[in-house]
Amino acid sequence: MEHQSKLETVLRGAALLLVVVFFMFPIFWIFLMSLQTNETILRVPPSINFEPTLRNYKALITGKLETSAASLEINFLQNLWNSVFLSVASVSLALLLGVPAAYAFARHKFKGSEDIAFTLLSFRFAPPLLVLLPLSLYFQKMGLANTYLGLIWVYQLICLPLILWIVRGYFEDISPDIEYAYRVAGHSWFSTFRKIALPLAGPGIAAAGLLAFIFAWNNFIFALVLASADKQPVTVGALAFITASGIQYGQIAAAIVMSIAPTLALALYAQKYLVEGLSLGAVKG
Amino acid sequence: MNDIHLDIQQVDKIYGTAASAVHAVKGLSMVVRRGEIASLLGSSGCGKTSTLRMIAGFEGVSKGTIKLAGRTLNDLHPVKRNVAMAFEGYSLYPPLTISDNIAFALKATKHGAKEIAEKVSAMAEMLEISDILDRYPSSVSGGQQQRASLGRALVRDADLHLLDEPMGQLEPQLRALLRGRIKHYIKENGVTAILVTHDQAEANALSDRIAVMEGGYLQQFDSPEKLKDQPNNLYTGTFVGEPPMNTFSAKIERNDTLVRFILDQGVSLSYNISDFSPNVIDAVLALQHVVVGVRPYAIKRHADGMRATVVANHWLGDQTHIAATLAGHSVILVEHDRATDKVGDDIYINLDPDNIHVFDRDSGAAVSHGADIAR
Repeated sequence: MEHQSKLETVLRGAALLLVVVFFMFPIFWIFLMSLQTNETILRVPPSINFEPTLRNYKALITGKLETSAASLEINFLQNLWNSVFLSVASVSLALLLGVPAAYAFARHKFKGSEDIAFTLLSFRFAPPLLVLLPLSLYFQKMGLANTYLGLIWVYQLICLPLILWIVRGYFEDISPDIEYAYRVAGHSWFSTFRKIALPLAGPGIAAAGLLAFIFAWNNFIFALVLASADKQPVTVGALAFITASGIQYGQIAAAIVMSIAPTLALALYAQKYLVEGLSLGAVKG
Repeated sequence: MNDIHLDIQQVDKIYGTAASAVHAVKGLSMVVRRGEIASLLGSSGCGKTSTLRMIAGFEGVSKGTIKLAGRTLNDLHPVKRNVAMAFEGYSLYPPLTISDNIAFALKATKHGAKEIAEKVSAMAEMLEISDILDRYPSSVSGGQQQRASLGRALVRDADLHLLDEPMGQLEPQLRALLRGRIKHYIKENGVTAILVTHDQAEANALSDRIAVMEGGYLQQFDSPEKLKDQPNNLYTGTFVGEPPMNTFSAKIERNDTLVRFILDQGVSLSYNISDFSPNVIDAVLALQHVVVGVRPYAIKRHADGMRATVVANHWLGDQTHIAATLAGHSVILVEHDRATDKVGDDIYINLDPDNIHVFDRDSGAAVSHGADIAR
């Protein structure tokens, strides 16, 4: 590391601060909005001088949205629960299917293996809208429209390729000889996979799972088309705040804060795995 | 001691599909006896590691059979083969300490905790790694990891121990020390071992017999002494030994009393016919062209010998290596005393009939070793 002059240190700090402000300010502003009423939010010019209120959060939790015109029923908590359930279930299923598949692709080069892996990746290339219209017709015929099962299935288009391709790379980084050493010591193929390959690729699997979770959580279009109100996640549910009597900015902000919270908590918790994941290269072949 | 333990018969290994097949091992047959240490020696890509991995079960056998202790291994799962292996790349389990790594395979058996601890500590002492037992593989050196990997294989009570370049990363002094200890341990415990190496000194020091492989073929499988004194063919003759055997291609002539090997530039080696057994003379005369080989330490100076010109003279501390040209060929001599010859000096050398090896130039097969016909 070269020695830095004082000016350099200051400039570097300023640049970093700028980046942090750029990315964090909108979130900070949303948090402030969530503590205000629509009147104070819409003041011109905007000001941070206001009486904080928990009204917006209360409305979301009780499910009663009081607007100037009328009182509306909203089921934001149901949306939040849908998001949690859909994301967790989709990622779990994708891990269950994707991790063994990634291991197979990494360890066994069979005829057409590259083609199959690439086909799975190609699901990410197509614009979702392209497949959604025919898919919604099929789903209605098959009775999968507006079901959790149907949504979780469609979410595999997002999660499975992501997990497969990231985790495959991690498995490929592990020397097969480590597994061979375990196998000649008297262990079956499956126990080698479970006791050696899985723990060694653990940080990578955690990273891929987290990423897939974020993608699933943020998905909007699949649920908008394929599910109705009671199955929709928060991303779609937030549309309910655009009411006849105006856009409920305060509640939208509170809803955003509440829907960011789980992913943020997960990301902070998984941070150490992500760092470990990056240092996996320390395993020598 | 003489019963067949590992029996490899007509084994082939072909990688890839028909279009891009790599034929790594060709028609390999060899038998290793119980309690024997056998080495697979050869340059990179000669098929030695493929052979080892087929025995361990990491690679399928394309053709032929491999039997261990009476059981056919071909379709047996690696788990059920009861072989232990030390890997060239160490392959320790990163999440376990060195001690746990060595104990790992033992824990899958019925050994008690106390017995395992004793075995691990004795093994660590032998391999000089007692001080790092509680550390993790990533925090110790390559040489230490290699010894831990070797310990993990040796500590097991297996039918066969496969050691793939087990001491490649060790410094020379330690390597010399461990060679002795490991050989003693293997013999003491009646272990049968196969060692893969490209280090001849290691193969010579550890093995009862050495299998020289090249191009996927087994060239010769014999004791270190026999490989040196009676190589089957030109490849083994020139591959085994350091510095390598000197070779000269020659034509043959004879009269009533002499047989002459005519080299280039009018130089020839003349011997009395009575120096060789009659069947050697018959066999040599049946060939148009031969290759005459002689080991560097078997070349002696002689006032009436052939003239050679010195091109290099290196004193290695315990022996002198002299490189010279003789009739356009390079020759290397090894002498135990310090030689004073300078570059450009002429020396006179003699190739004793007892020390020359004659090979068929076309097939490479050995014809004679000294006075005797090659078998």
